Amino acid sequence: MRVKVISRNPSDYLRETKHDIHKVQRNYDPKLHPFAIPREYQRALNAVKLEKIFAKPFLGSLDGHSDVVQCLMKHPSSLSVLVSGAADGEIKIWNIAKRRCLKTITAHSGIVNGLCPSRGNDYFFSIGDGATIKQWKYASTSEEIRMVYEDDNDSDASEEETENDDNTPLNTIIGKSVMMGIDHHWEKPIMITCGESVQLWEESRSEPLQSLEWGVDTVYKVKFNPVETDLCVSAGSDRSLILYDIKMSKPLRKVIMALRSNSVCWNPMEAFNFTAASEDHDLYTFDMRKLSVPLQVHKDHVSAVIDVDYSPTGKEFVSGSYDKTIRIFPVDKGRSREVYHTKRMQRLTSVIWSYDSKYVLCGSDEMDIRIWKANASEKIGPRMFREEAAFRYQEKLKEKFSHHPEIGRISRHRHVPKHIRHSQQEKRAMLESRKRKEANRRAHSKPGTVPYKQERTKHIVTEEE
Amino acid sequence: MDESSQSERSLVHKYGKHKKKYKIEAQKVKELRKQSERSQLLLQEEGGFLEADANEHCYQISQKEIVQSLDITAATKHFELNLEFGPYSVNYFRNGRQLLLGGERGHVAAIDWVTKDLLCEFNAMESVHDICWLHMPTMFAVAQKDWVHVYDNQGTEVHCLKKLFRVKKLTFLPYHFLLVSASENAMLSWTDVSIGKIIASFRPPKAKTITAMCQNPANAVILTAHSNGTVSMFTPNSNEPVVKMLCSPCSITGVAVNDTGLYMATTGVDRSIKIWDVRNYQCLQSYKLRAIPNCLCFSQKNLLSVGIGNVVEVYKDCCTQVAEEPYIRHKLESSMISNVQFCNYEDVLGIGHRNGFVSILVPGSGEPNFDAYESNPFMTKSQRREMEVKQLLEKIQPELISLDPHHLAKVDVKTLKQKLEEKSKLLYVKPRKIEFESSKKMSGVKKAKVKKDLQESVNREHIQQVMKMKRKEDEKEKDANKSYNVLDRFKRK
Repeated sequence: MRVKVISRNPSDYLRETKHDIHKVQRNYDPKLHPFAIPREYQRALNAVKLEKIFAKPFLGSLDGHSDVVQCLMKHPSSLSVLVSGAADGEIKIWNIAKRRCLKTITAHSGIVNGLCPSRGNDYFFSIGDGATIKQWKYASTSEEIRMVYEDDNDSDASEEETENDDNTPLNTIIGKSVMMGIDHHWEKPIMITCGESVQLWEESRSEPLQSLEWGVDTVYKVKFNPVETDLCVSAGSDRSLILYDIKMSKPLRKVIMALRSNSVCWNPMEAFNFTAASEDHDLYTFDMRKLSVPLQVHKDHVSAVIDVDYSPTGKEFVSGSYDKTIRIFPVDKGRSREVYHTKRMQRLTSVIWSYDSKYVLCGSDEMDIRIWKANASEKIGPRMFREEAAFRYQEKLKEKFSHHPEIGRISRHRHVPKHIRHSQQEKRAMLESRKRKEANRRAHSKPGTVPYKQERTKHIVTEEE
Repeated sequence: MDESSQSERSLVHKYGKHKKKYKIEAQKVKELRKQSERSQLLLQEEGGFLEADANEHCYQISQKEIVQSLDITAATKHFELNLEFGPYSVNYFRNGRQLLLGGERGHVAAIDWVTKDLLCEFNAMESVHDICWLHMPTMFAVAQKDWVHVYDNQGTEVHCLKKLFRVKKLTFLPYHFLLVSASENAMLSWTDVSIGKIIASFRPPKAKTITAMCQNPANAVILTAHSNGTVSMFTPNSNEPVVKMLCSPCSITGVAVNDTGLYMATTGVDRSIKIWDVRNYQCLQSYKLRAIPNCLCFSQKNLLSVGIGNVVEVYKDCCTQVAEEPYIRHKLESSMISNVQFCNYEDVLGIGHRNGFVSILVPGSGEPNFDAYESNPFMTKSQRREMEVKQLLEKIQPELISLDPHHLAKVDVKTLKQKLEEKSKLLYVKPRKIEFESSKKMSGVKKAKVKKDLQESVNREHIQQVMKMKRKEDEKEKDANKSYNVLDRFKRK
């Protein structure tokens, strides 16, 4: 007879001293883990509820401007530095981490229309006063350099704002026509300005290198492509989006839309795509190789979209609108993933997405700059290994069960202010009545005379070359 | 090429649009499978076994012989308790560490049977019909003469559930936190012990006396055996049984389902044991015994123990094959067996009988390797507390109890039958009724006339639409059946 029964030695299963960690035996046999799916579902439900509980996106505001914040600019290499320009001609340099203004420059006598950094150099450009380009240093004295670039500076003296405001620019260029926007080439010391015409400038020269025109009154925004660096795209008042190649003397092609675009931004990862923020409440993502049909129409705003900026991952972008909300859209989705609003935030003038892809900043009409988390419920700060694993597991669960009605409902729900809700209802009624009218027309006319039109092509008038 | 890769390929072909995504997912699943297989290398323990010599049968080996050939720690697992308040019902906690004994004449005792520590012992001073551990080994429920009482591990009465009246059988669904009770008059109740609310309570229509009750551990469905030979499966979501099967021509004495929820065993007054496949409700095996079996139980490794009078027989591999002889047989001295239960993660079978309790060794009955996050025999106080919180957080809602526990992960696809039904339904929709209210003042006669005209016009429109649809359908069929014979043109149209 041979016999053996299970006989465990407790010392194999118990920790030796109180200071050890507990020994944990695992057996992944599915027989020992019944109800795997319902339990996972319950965990997913908990995860999605926790996400709602922890969704506190607002981090703080930078106040100090005494007029509307017109434009914001990211520092090309330092994450904590932000430059903002106001409607009274003031430029402020901020340290975001400390939420403190480091330097104030009275740059122009009128509105600061645009800001752009010089790539690889320690200065930036601003435009204002109609047609003036001014070149500024982020920090001039060594004291300022320390303040701007060193985050962990605890001495009290360095935290005070410098009194000796240095209002003399490094260089001033006076142009001949009004300028509305500016951008800097990603490699060469070349700038492009827009306004009455699109002009190319070299940093050191006071005359434009080239002037590009295509029958437009005013161009509001121009942006260089970050990868194919000689390309740029502009949005103008004749409802057009124009593509330029600065190596050629003429613009490449343009697309005319139903309403004009306020801003454009290139996708930093798929740099052949760009998104235009339109006056008709929607955003349009285009492939520059085929402008006749946009890749995606992004709907959700209930008023004109003023500004748009991409996440450095190229998967999402943020848009600021005249309806006093910021929305975050996935590039390939037609609806927004997130909406941010506060009671005091007024019409948005500009939004940016920080280069570490974690924060969104916005400047608005009521003189404040606000800092938001890009992912509303994300934990900021260092994460333990197990914490990180738990977060990843929760994400996966949410994804797995996202199509279940209860989970979808909780994760989709966003509270919006009353005025947004009302205008959403109003807009829905309008669109429905338009749809009904079209259907009626179709029903009562000869078959084929009232064709069906795609939503994507509805707002595109023509593409010209 | 093996079958699975072939089916994968056909799927890829079918859903070309999501080809890449599907491929990635399939690869992940493959890798996971590999990893989980590799994780088996890390398992520490090996299962028990009992092999007889060439001229001997396993069932001839007595407990005495087994105990003599084992080490001292294993030998202490065979013990007897002579108690005088029997017959006793037995309940082991899920991790196989704590044991609960309930004597019909009021004696209740909770024991850590491995160390032989007595946790609590008292006499309820009224009859005890059934006992059951709740979610943690700190609480248990006792079905007493009138009501169900809940005690903690000190023996202090924590609750008295007066809504559960004259309960005879108790069982606990640990992942749902539901205490299920069956009463004398066939009333079934599900009580959520985490919130103290009765989730469902009903007496099934035309209910017969419940002779035995057990749960299906794989899907939390409750099985009740009745005196008329039927077994019904209940969920708290409807008072009609989800499945009702006739298992025996006479009264059923015991019912048990194995851990994976594949096999069900029933014993009848006609001295039979039947093994059923719970997926298609077909009888797999049928055995005939010498006497009437009165209780039975499955172990984690699918061993089946049956109490017959004063003898316990354990069968091995009795579900898929025909078991010729018992694996182990143990005889008590003239004492009727009332209850048997295998202990999880141990090779031990607990037997409650009229004169006390016996624990016998059944080599190879328990799962040797436990998962400490699921149930841990060596859990400390802090681990127990943490586990309790985790369990509460992932408590499954009672609405999710159904025959198929995986239905949440399945794609909701309409069957062909449903599609056809919907289509045919469209053809027989009634015309819309109109509610007529005019703004002008009209005489009753005129109003009736206008209303009639309107309704007729709606009916006409509806009929036209239906006819149009039918015509379309017919044309489609015609197109499908069209043959392109050259001589077809001479056919009369």
